[in-house]
Amino acid sequence: MNIDKKICDDLVANDVSFVTTVPCKQLAGVIEEVDQREDIFHIPSNKEDEGMGLCAGALMGGKRSAIIMQNTAIGVTINTLATLIQYYRMPLPMIISYRGELREPVACQVEMAVHTKALLAQLNIPTYHFHWQKDVEEFDNILKYTFMCNKPVAILTDANFWGGYGDQ
Amino acid sequence: MIRSEILKDIALILRDQLVVCNIGIPSQELHAIDDQPTNFYMLGTMGLASSIGLGLALAQDKTVISIDGDGSVLTNLGTLPTIGNNCPNNFILMIIDNGSYGSTGDQPTYTGKKTDLAAMARAAGCDNVVEVQDVDTGEALQAAIDGKRGTVMVVKCDSGNAKMPVITMDPVVIKDRFMKAVKAS
Repeated sequence: MNIDKKICDDLVANDVSFVTTVPCKQLAGVIEEVDQREDIFHIPSNKEDEGMGLCAGALMGGKRSAIIMQNTAIGVTINTLATLIQYYRMPLPMIISYRGELREPVACQVEMAVHTKALLAQLNIPTYHFHWQKDVEEFDNILKYTFMCNKPVAILTDANFWGGYGDQ
Repeated sequence: MIRSEILKDIALILRDQLVVCNIGIPSQELHAIDDQPTNFYMLGTMGLASSIGLGLALAQDKTVISIDGDGSVLTNLGTLPTIGNNCPNNFILMIIDNGSYGSTGDQPTYTGKKTDLAAMARAAGCDNVVEVQDVDTGEALQAAIDGKRGTVMVVKCDSGNAKMPVITMDPVVIKDRFMKAVKAS
Protein backbone atom coordinates (compact mmCIF):
# COMPACT_ATOMS: atom_id res chain seq x y z
CA MET A 1 0.00 0.00 0.00
CA ASN A 2 1.23 3.49 -0.85
CA ILE A 3 0.16 5.54 2.17
CA ASP A 4 0.86 8.88 0.47
CA LYS A 5 -1.58 8.01 -2.29
CA LYS A 6 -4.11 6.54 0.15
CA ILE A 7 -4.12 9.75 2.24
CA CYS A 8 -4.62 11.89 -0.87
CA ASP A 9 -7.29 9.57 -2.26
CA ASP A 10 -9.22 9.86 1.00
CA LEU A 11 -8.84 13.64 1.07
CA VAL A 12 -10.26 13.89 -2.44
CA ALA A 13 -13.03 11.38 -1.72
CA ASN A 14 -14.07 13.54 1.24
CA ASP A 15 -14.10 16.67 -0.91
CA VAL A 16 -11.00 18.23 0.68
CA SER A 17 -9.70 20.47 -2.09
CA PHE A 18 -7.51 23.01 -0.22
CA VAL A 19 -4.43 21.80 1.62
CA THR A 20 -1.69 23.80 3.28
CA THR A 21 1.59 22.30 4.39
CA VAL A 22 4.60 23.05 6.53
CA PRO A 23 7.24 20.48 5.71
CA CYS A 24 8.74 17.63 7.70
CA LYS A 25 11.15 14.96 6.46
CA GLN A 26 8.57 12.30 7.27
CA LEU A 27 5.88 14.12 5.33
CA ALA A 28 7.90 14.75 2.16
CA GLY A 29 6.15 12.00 0.20
CA VAL A 30 2.60 12.98 1.08
CA ILE A 31 3.36 16.67 0.48
CA GLU A 32 4.69 15.83 -2.98
CA GLU A 33 1.59 13.76 -3.67
CA VAL A 34 -0.67 16.63 -2.52
CA ASP A 35 1.22 18.98 -4.79
CA GLN A 36 0.75 16.75 -7.83
CA ARG A 37 -3.00 16.19 -7.41
CA GLU A 38 -5.05 18.27 -9.81
CA ASP A 39 -8.12 18.19 -7.57
CA ILE A 40 -6.25 19.61 -4.56
CA PHE A 41 -5.07 23.22 -4.35
CA HIS A 42 -1.78 23.13 -2.45
CA ILE A 43 -0.48 26.26 -0.77
CA PRO A 44 2.65 25.99 1.38
CA SER A 45 2.62 28.06 4.60
CA ASN A 46 5.54 29.65 6.37
CA LYS A 47 4.13 28.89 9.79
CA GLU A 48 1.35 26.66 10.97
CA ASP A 49 -0.88 29.36 12.49
CA GLU A 50 -0.75 31.18 9.17
CA GLY A 51 -1.76 27.90 7.52
CA MET A 52 -4.75 27.55 9.82
CA GLY A 53 -5.82 31.06 8.84
CA LEU A 54 -5.66 30.06 5.17
CA CYS A 55 -7.73 26.95 5.93
CA ALA A 56 -10.32 29.00 7.84
CA GLY A 57 -10.68 31.38 4.91
CA ALA A 58 -10.96 28.58 2.36
CA LEU A 59 -13.57 26.86 4.49
CA MET A 60 -15.69 30.01 4.60
CA GLY A 61 -15.26 30.26 0.85
CA GLY A 62 -16.86 26.84 0.47
CA LYS A 63 -13.83 24.57 0.23
CA ARG A 64 -13.00 21.87 2.72
CA SER A 65 -9.44 22.30 3.88
CA ALA A 66 -6.72 20.42 5.73
CA ILE A 67 -3.28 21.13 7.17
CA ILE A 68 -0.20 18.92 7.10
CA MET A 69 2.45 19.80 9.69
CA GLN A 70 4.80 18.55 12.44
CA ASN A 71 3.77 18.02 16.05
CA THR A 72 6.10 20.88 17.06
CA ALA A 73 3.38 23.05 15.50
CA ILE A 74 1.03 22.26 18.35
CA GLY A 75 3.26 24.52 20.42
CA VAL A 76 2.83 27.26 17.81
CA THR A 77 -0.89 27.00 17.16
CA ILE A 78 -2.67 26.65 20.51
CA ASN A 79 -4.05 30.17 20.41
CA THR A 80 -5.20 29.78 16.81
CA LEU A 81 -6.85 26.44 17.54
CA ALA A 82 -8.68 27.86 20.57
CA THR A 83 -9.70 31.32 19.31
CA LEU A 84 -10.23 30.67 15.61
CA ILE A 85 -10.78 27.04 14.69
CA GLN A 86 -12.62 25.97 17.86
CA TYR A 87 -14.26 29.29 18.74
CA TYR A 88 -15.89 29.62 15.29
CA ARG A 89 -16.52 25.85 15.12
CA MET A 90 -14.52 24.99 12.02
CA PRO A 91 -13.64 21.47 10.92
CA LEU A 92 -9.90 21.00 10.35
CA PRO A 93 -8.15 17.70 9.73
CA MET A 94 -4.56 18.05 10.95
CA ILE A 95 -2.24 15.42 9.50
CA ILE A 96 0.70 15.62 11.87
CA SER A 97 4.09 13.96 11.76
CA TYR A 98 4.65 12.73 15.30
CA ARG A 99 8.34 13.40 15.66
CA GLY A 100 10.12 12.21 18.78
CA GLU A 101 8.33 8.87 18.97
CA LEU A 102 9.66 5.33 18.41
CA ARG A 103 12.44 5.15 15.75
CA GLU A 104 13.17 8.89 16.11
CA PRO A 105 16.89 9.64 15.64
CA VAL A 106 16.90 13.28 16.85
CA ALA A 107 16.77 13.61 20.63
CA CYS A 108 15.40 17.16 20.72
CA GLN A 109 12.26 16.01 18.90
CA VAL A 110 11.32 13.98 21.98
CA GLU A 111 10.98 17.18 24.00
CA MET A 112 7.81 18.19 22.14
CA ALA A 113 6.67 14.61 21.62
CA VAL A 114 6.19 14.13 25.35
CA HIS A 115 3.84 17.14 25.44
CA THR A 116 1.95 16.50 22.20
CA LYS A 117 -0.87 14.24 23.36
CA ALA A 118 -1.25 16.11 26.64
CA LEU A 119 -1.66 19.44 24.82
CA LEU A 120 -4.17 17.97 22.38
CA ALA A 121 -6.08 16.41 25.28
CA GLN A 122 -6.06 19.73 27.14
CA LEU A 123 -7.62 21.33 24.05
CA ASN A 124 -10.24 18.54 23.80
CA ILE A 125 -9.08 17.80 20.27
CA PRO A 126 -10.00 14.29 19.08
CA THR A 127 -6.65 12.59 18.47
CA TYR A 128 -5.69 9.45 16.54
CA HIS A 129 -2.24 7.88 16.47
CA PHE A 130 -1.09 6.00 13.35
CA HIS A 131 1.75 3.62 14.26
CA TRP A 132 1.28 0.78 11.79
CA GLN A 133 0.71 1.28 8.07
CA LYS A 134 -2.64 -0.45 8.30
CA ASP A 135 -3.79 2.34 10.65
CA VAL A 136 -4.24 4.52 7.57
CA GLU A 137 -7.36 2.51 6.81
CA GLU A 138 -9.08 4.60 9.50
CA PHE A 139 -8.24 7.89 7.75
CA ASP A 140 -11.41 8.01 5.67
CA ASN A 141 -13.56 7.56 8.79
CA ILE A 142 -11.58 10.25 10.62
CA LEU A 143 -12.20 12.73 7.82
CA LYS A 144 -15.94 11.99 7.84
CA TYR A 145 -15.94 12.40 11.63
CA THR A 146 -14.12 15.75 11.39
CA PHE A 147 -16.65 17.24 8.97
CA MET A 148 -19.54 15.74 10.90
CA CYS A 149 -18.59 17.40 14.19
CA ASN A 150 -16.99 20.65 12.91
CA LYS A 151 -13.91 20.30 15.07
CA PRO A 152 -10.18 20.23 14.57
CA VAL A 153 -9.00 16.63 14.64
CA ALA A 154 -5.38 15.48 15.02
CA ILE A 155 -3.93 12.48 13.20
CA LEU A 156 -0.49 11.78 14.69
CA THR A 157 1.68 9.75 12.32
CA ASP A 158 4.93 8.44 13.80
CA ALA A 159 8.18 7.30 12.22
CA ASN A 160 7.14 3.66 12.33
CA PHE A 161 4.04 4.49 10.31
CA TRP A 162 6.15 6.18 7.64
CA GLY A 163 8.66 3.33 7.55
CA GLY A 164 11.39 4.74 9.79
CA TYR A 165 14.49 6.59 8.72
CA GLY A 166 16.32 3.94 6.75
CA ASP A 167 19.76 3.46 8.29
CA GLN A 168 19.04 5.60 11.34
CA MET B 1 -7.08 60.89 10.29
CA ILE B 2 -7.29 57.93 12.66
CA ARG B 3 -8.44 54.44 11.63
CA SER B 4 -12.08 54.92 12.62
CA GLU B 5 -12.32 58.05 10.46
CA ILE B 6 -10.93 56.09 7.52
CA LEU B 7 -13.43 53.29 8.11
CA LYS B 8 -16.30 55.82 8.16
CA ASP B 9 -14.92 57.32 4.97
CA ILE B 10 -14.85 53.99 3.11
CA ALA B 11 -17.90 52.31 4.70
CA LEU B 12 -20.01 52.58 1.56
CA ILE B 13 -17.25 51.05 -0.56
CA LEU B 14 -16.79 48.19 1.90
CA ARG B 15 -20.52 47.50 2.17
CA ASP B 16 -20.73 45.57 -1.11
CA GLN B 17 -17.54 43.57 -0.55
CA LEU B 18 -16.45 40.57 1.50
CA VAL B 19 -14.41 42.00 4.37
CA VAL B 20 -12.19 40.14 6.84
CA CYS B 21 -11.49 42.54 9.68
CA ASN B 22 -8.61 42.48 12.13
CA ILE B 23 -8.96 41.58 15.80
CA GLY B 24 -9.76 44.10 18.52
CA ILE B 25 -10.68 47.73 18.05
CA PRO B 26 -10.64 47.64 14.19
CA SER B 27 -13.44 45.04 14.20
CA GLN B 28 -15.29 46.93 16.94
CA GLU B 29 -15.09 50.12 14.90
CA LEU B 30 -16.25 48.50 11.66
CA HIS B 31 -19.05 46.69 13.50
CA ALA B 32 -20.28 49.94 15.06
CA ILE B 33 -19.93 52.01 11.89
CA ASP B 34 -21.62 49.64 9.44
CA ASP B 35 -22.30 46.06 10.52
CA GLN B 36 -22.88 43.86 7.48
CA PRO B 37 -23.28 40.11 6.95
CA THR B 38 -20.42 40.44 4.49
CA ASN B 39 -18.09 41.38 7.36
CA PHE B 40 -16.12 38.66 9.13
CA TYR B 41 -15.01 39.96 12.51
CA MET B 42 -11.98 38.38 14.13
CA LEU B 43 -12.58 38.11 17.84
CA GLY B 44 -9.21 36.52 18.56
CA THR B 45 -6.06 35.28 16.87
CA MET B 46 -3.95 38.36 16.21
CA GLY B 47 -2.22 38.41 12.86
CA LEU B 48 -4.37 36.15 10.72
CA ALA B 49 -6.70 38.59 8.93
CA SER B 50 -4.48 38.51 5.85
CA SER B 51 -4.24 34.70 5.87
CA ILE B 52 -7.99 34.20 6.31
CA GLY B 53 -8.68 36.72 3.55
CA LEU B 54 -6.19 35.06 1.20
CA GLY B 55 -7.68 31.61 1.82
CA LEU B 56 -11.15 32.99 1.18
CA ALA B 57 -10.09 34.76 -2.02
CA LEU B 58 -8.41 31.60 -3.32
CA ALA B 59 -11.52 29.51 -2.61
CA GLN B 60 -14.08 31.61 -4.48
CA ASP B 61 -14.32 34.42 -7.04
CA LYS B 62 -15.72 37.43 -5.19
CA THR B 63 -13.45 40.28 -4.17
CA VAL B 64 -12.09 39.95 -0.63
CA ILE B 65 -10.70 42.85 1.39
CA SER B 66 -8.66 42.05 4.49
CA ILE B 67 -8.43 45.04 6.81
CA ASP B 68 -5.23 44.55 8.75
CA GLY B 69 -2.93 46.59 10.94
CA ASP B 70 0.80 47.21 10.99
CA GLY B 71 1.19 45.41 14.32
CA SER B 72 -0.79 42.41 13.13
CA VAL B 73 1.17 42.10 9.89
CA LEU B 74 4.40 42.30 11.87
CA THR B 75 3.26 39.39 14.02
CA ASN B 76 2.55 37.24 10.93
CA LEU B 77 5.23 38.42 8.50
CA GLY B 78 5.28 35.02 6.78
CA THR B 79 1.97 36.06 5.22
CA LEU B 80 3.69 38.46 2.81
CA PRO B 81 5.66 35.82 0.85
CA THR B 82 2.59 33.58 0.79
CA ILE B 83 0.55 36.45 -0.66
CA GLY B 84 3.39 37.44 -2.98
CA ASN B 85 3.58 33.99 -4.48
CA ASN B 86 -0.12 33.08 -4.55
CA CYS B 87 -2.08 36.32 -4.78
CA PRO B 88 -5.30 35.95 -6.77
CA ASN B 89 -6.81 38.90 -8.64
CA ASN B 90 -9.69 39.16 -6.16
CA PHE B 91 -7.63 39.80 -3.00
CA ILE B 92 -6.90 43.19 -1.47
CA LEU B 93 -4.85 43.44 1.71
CA MET B 94 -5.41 46.87 3.22
CA ILE B 95 -2.95 47.53 6.02
CA ILE B 96 -3.98 50.46 8.16
CA ASP B 97 -0.51 51.56 9.24
CA ASN B 98 -0.78 53.90 12.19
CA GLY B 99 2.57 52.93 13.64
CA SER B 100 1.05 51.58 16.82
CA TYR B 101 -0.64 48.65 18.55
CA GLY B 102 -4.01 50.38 18.85
CA SER B 103 -5.96 47.74 20.74
CA THR B 104 -3.42 47.47 23.53
CA GLY B 105 -2.86 51.13 24.29
CA ASP B 106 -1.12 52.61 21.26
CA GLN B 107 2.34 51.31 22.02
CA PRO B 108 4.58 52.12 19.03
CA THR B 109 5.34 49.47 16.39
CA TYR B 110 8.52 49.43 14.33
CA THR B 111 6.69 50.78 11.27
CA GLY B 112 6.67 54.14 13.01
CA LYS B 113 10.46 53.92 13.08
CA LYS B 114 12.65 52.39 10.38
CA THR B 115 10.49 49.51 9.12
CA ASP B 116 8.75 49.95 5.75
CA LEU B 117 5.88 47.49 5.22
CA ALA B 118 5.37 48.46 1.57
CA ALA B 119 9.01 47.72 0.80
CA MET B 120 8.75 44.44 2.72
CA ALA B 121 5.67 43.45 0.72
CA ARG B 122 7.46 44.20 -2.54
CA ALA B 123 10.53 42.27 -1.43
CA ALA B 124 8.25 39.34 -0.53
CA GLY B 125 7.00 39.16 -4.10
CA CYS B 126 3.80 41.21 -3.96
CA ASP B 127 3.54 42.73 -7.45
CA ASN B 128 1.03 45.47 -6.82
CA VAL B 129 1.78 47.46 -3.67
CA VAL B 130 0.18 50.87 -3.19
CA GLU B 131 1.12 53.39 -0.51
CA VAL B 132 -1.57 55.94 0.30
CA GLN B 133 -2.25 58.66 2.81
CA ASP B 134 -5.37 58.36 4.96
CA VAL B 135 -7.42 60.93 3.02
CA ASP B 136 -6.86 59.05 -0.25
CA THR B 137 -7.92 55.63 1.05
CA GLY B 138 -11.37 55.53 -0.57
CA GLU B 139 -10.11 56.46 -4.00
CA ALA B 140 -7.25 53.95 -3.82
CA LEU B 141 -9.50 51.18 -2.51
CA GLN B 142 -12.07 51.72 -5.26
CA ALA B 143 -9.26 51.68 -7.84
CA ALA B 144 -7.97 48.40 -6.40
CA ILE B 145 -11.46 46.86 -6.56
CA ASP B 146 -12.07 48.11 -10.09
CA GLY B 147 -8.59 47.07 -11.21
CA LYS B 148 -9.37 43.41 -10.46
CA ARG B 149 -5.75 42.83 -9.59
CA GLY B 150 -4.37 41.53 -6.32
CA THR B 151 -3.28 44.54 -4.29
CA VAL B 152 -1.50 45.31 -1.04
CA MET B 153 -2.42 48.77 0.23
CA VAL B 154 -0.41 50.41 2.99
CA VAL B 155 -2.49 53.24 4.39
CA LYS B 156 -0.54 55.71 6.49
CA CYS B 157 -2.59 57.40 9.19
CA ASP B 158 -2.50 58.74 12.73
CA SER B 159 -2.49 56.60 15.83
CA GLY B 160 -5.70 56.51 17.87
CA ASN B 161 -8.92 54.65 18.54
CA ALA B 162 -12.60 55.50 18.67
CA LYS B 163 -14.51 54.35 21.74
CA MET B 164 -16.74 51.55 20.45
CA PRO B 165 -18.57 48.70 22.19
CA VAL B 166 -17.15 45.20 22.31
CA ILE B 167 -18.71 42.82 19.76
CA THR B 168 -21.05 40.47 21.60
CA MET B 169 -22.27 38.53 18.57
CA ASP B 170 -21.56 34.82 18.88
CA PRO B 171 -18.62 33.71 16.72
CA VAL B 172 -20.65 30.91 15.14
CA VAL B 173 -23.30 33.46 14.16
CA ILE B 174 -20.62 35.70 12.64
CA LYS B 175 -19.28 32.75 10.65
CA ASP B 176 -22.67 31.44 9.62
CA ARG B 177 -24.07 34.71 8.30
CA PHE B 178 -20.73 35.46 6.61
CA MET B 179 -20.71 32.10 4.83
CA LYS B 180 -24.29 32.69 3.67
CA ALA B 181 -23.24 36.10 2.33
CA VAL B 182 -20.28 34.52 0.53
CA LYS B 183 -22.61 32.02 -1.12
CA ALA B 184 -25.30 34.55 -2.03
CA SER B 185 -25.22 35.66 -5.64
